[in-house]
Amino acid sequence: MPQTLYDKIWNEHIVHQQDSETTLLYVDRHLVHEVTSPQAFEGLRILKRRVRRPDLTLAVADHNVPTSDREVGIADEESKIQVDTLEKNCKEFGIEFFDMKDKRQGIVHIIGPEQGFTQPGTIIVCGDSHTATHGAFGSLAFGIGTSEVEHVLATQTLIQKKSKNFKVNVTGSLPTGVTSKDVILQTIGKIGTAGGTGMVIEYMGSVIENLNVEQRMTICNMSIEAGARAGIIAPDQKTFQYLKDKPMSPKGKNWVRAEEYWSKLKSDTDAKFDKEVEIKGDEISPMVTWGTSPQDVVSITGVVPDPEKEKDIDKKASMSRSLAYMGLKPNTKIEDIKVDRIFIGSCTNGRIGDLREAAKIVNGKTVAQHVNAMIVPGSGLVKQQAEQEGIDKIFIKAGFDWREPGCSMCLAMNADKLDPKERCASTSNRNFEGRQGRGGRTHLVSPSMAAAAAVKGHLTDVRKFKN
Amino acid sequence: MKKFNILKGIPASLPMINIDTDMIIPKQFLKTIKRTGLGKSLFFEMRYDENGKIIQKFILNKEPYNNSPILLTGKNFGCGSSREHAPWALLDFGIRCIISSGFADIFYNNCFKNGMLPIILDQEKIGELTEYSKRKENIEINLNEQEVLFGNKRIKFEIDSFKKKCLLNGLDDIALSLEKSEQISSFEDKIKKNKPWVN
Repeated sequence: MPQTLYDKIWNEHIVHQQDSETTLLYVDRHLVHEVTSPQAFEGLRILKRRVRRPDLTLAVADHNVPTSDREVGIADEESKIQVDTLEKNCKEFGIEFFDMKDKRQGIVHIIGPEQGFTQPGTIIVCGDSHTATHGAFGSLAFGIGTSEVEHVLATQTLIQKKSKNFKVNVTGSLPTGVTSKDVILQTIGKIGTAGGTGMVIEYMGSVIENLNVEQRMTICNMSIEAGARAGIIAPDQKTFQYLKDKPMSPKGKNWVRAEEYWSKLKSDTDAKFDKEVEIKGDEISPMVTWGTSPQDVVSITGVVPDPEKEKDIDKKASMSRSLAYMGLKPNTKIEDIKVDRIFIGSCTNGRIGDLREAAKIVNGKTVAQHVNAMIVPGSGLVKQQAEQEGIDKIFIKAGFDWREPGCSMCLAMNADKLDPKERCASTSNRNFEGRQGRGGRTHLVSPSMAAAAAVKGHLTDVRKFKN
Repeated sequence: MKKFNILKGIPASLPMINIDTDMIIPKQFLKTIKRTGLGKSLFFEMRYDENGKIIQKFILNKEPYNNSPILLTGKNFGCGSSREHAPWALLDFGIRCIISSGFADIFYNNCFKNGMLPIILDQEKIGELTEYSKRKENIEINLNEQEVLFGNKRIKFEIDSFKKKCLLNGLDDIALSLEKSEQISSFEDKIKKNKPWVN
């Protein structure tokens, strides 16, 4: 029977079929961070359990770390305890840990690929919903809760129910100024924030094939915002090229065998999908969110929607609540929305390609006077690379704040947050109420759109920026 | 894990759609290294104003709903992050059963690991229960029979058999999986042979 890529990876990882709906699956790679792991390690300690495969586990602190001077440590007492606890747990259980001063430290979903820890055909989990990012390598990667983190630590397996197959076919090609962030925002807008619930999305089509691996990561990253368990893209030569010579990538004979195996990882041509959607690449424009759910998207050329025109009462109530929270009036032109803050970074858009894209827009220009703009590289290595290329200078000269790596204002667990009613153009993944700080107002955009908004001081169409 | 069989109580209705985990428990409370103590911060921004004062009109601040063990809510409950702090906060508040027309996957799984029961019913049935909740009378959840009982009515619900068994018996699924250690080892041997770069 023809199979999808998801079916194939799933079938290769079955340790035991408990009953028709419940499978014990083997986990090849486990990423751990400070927020969702302390209770899991505590659980192991209480029952005197060990970590079955510390060698398949990699830990880093990212959510709580300050993005200012690292030498002074963490000022917030609770954040410090959480980060210190992770370090202690890693020592006790023999897990490799990148500490805050390590160049390799960064957002967990950025360092996995960077180190070659992420590999095609594997099952990768992490106590973080954006684990879907790693699906860009043709791995089955999904977020889990803390109890499941404990389960993986103790057994290197997970009890799972198989999801359905969902194909998102992105056809044609992308117009100039339109990025993979716009593709995923458009997709979420089309299928809705629960459109992928109980499913794994495979992205395919000419647009996906033409994207580089980093751009594909942006798409898989936000699969969870469409409710999907995971997002996956078949690996190709670009994937293998990306992984070649990474510290944890296979070497020598193993590389040859791995590449041969990876080359076969794709859905059969006649594989059956439970749901299919086509997104026409040529019709996508730079996208912006107007509300407090990632499905609340509109083209930069559009206007704030009017709840009065919505017939569904639940949706209407939800729209009105969003607009009140966002401080927006229906029918306002999106380009007329002024911003106070800019955040470029996160596991969605904190990679070197994202920074290059933003730097191109900013080069030789200045951040608008009333705007506070910050760049938070996704990892120490991304930061180092940017500094080698002189990108940091472009940002600093334009008036951006150039910071240390971490999750930062994507979720505002550290000191980086919005004040009430502050409006931010952000390259992150969630515009939920309070996400970037209580009362803060988030507009999700691509890195180049965020950069353009920084210069103009309001949301603006990046296609009007000519270099 | 605490067993779940029969739960009786007055349900509280929070009829919003897409309630995300940031709403259930905002990030400033994720800095804890414990599972307990999050109940007071549940739905923080809806329950307290900017000065930390209780917002009286919020359903879970009102008698008798401030003691409700059952929450009725809109579709796609628990979307967003994987934080298990969301079910922990609900549980610590005293809520052990959530009824919605749909849940986000990770949240749904997380509930079962904490002796909590998320029930999926269609919107019309939730409407009936919401109406009933205004009476401030007990309803009953019977997991074994897979039924919600209110007044003289009963509504059936679906749940997969393994999850039901774990809840009814309060089983530790890690212990169950550890019993499969030998199978896991032989699986690892197989990968080492076929895909030596992976394991």
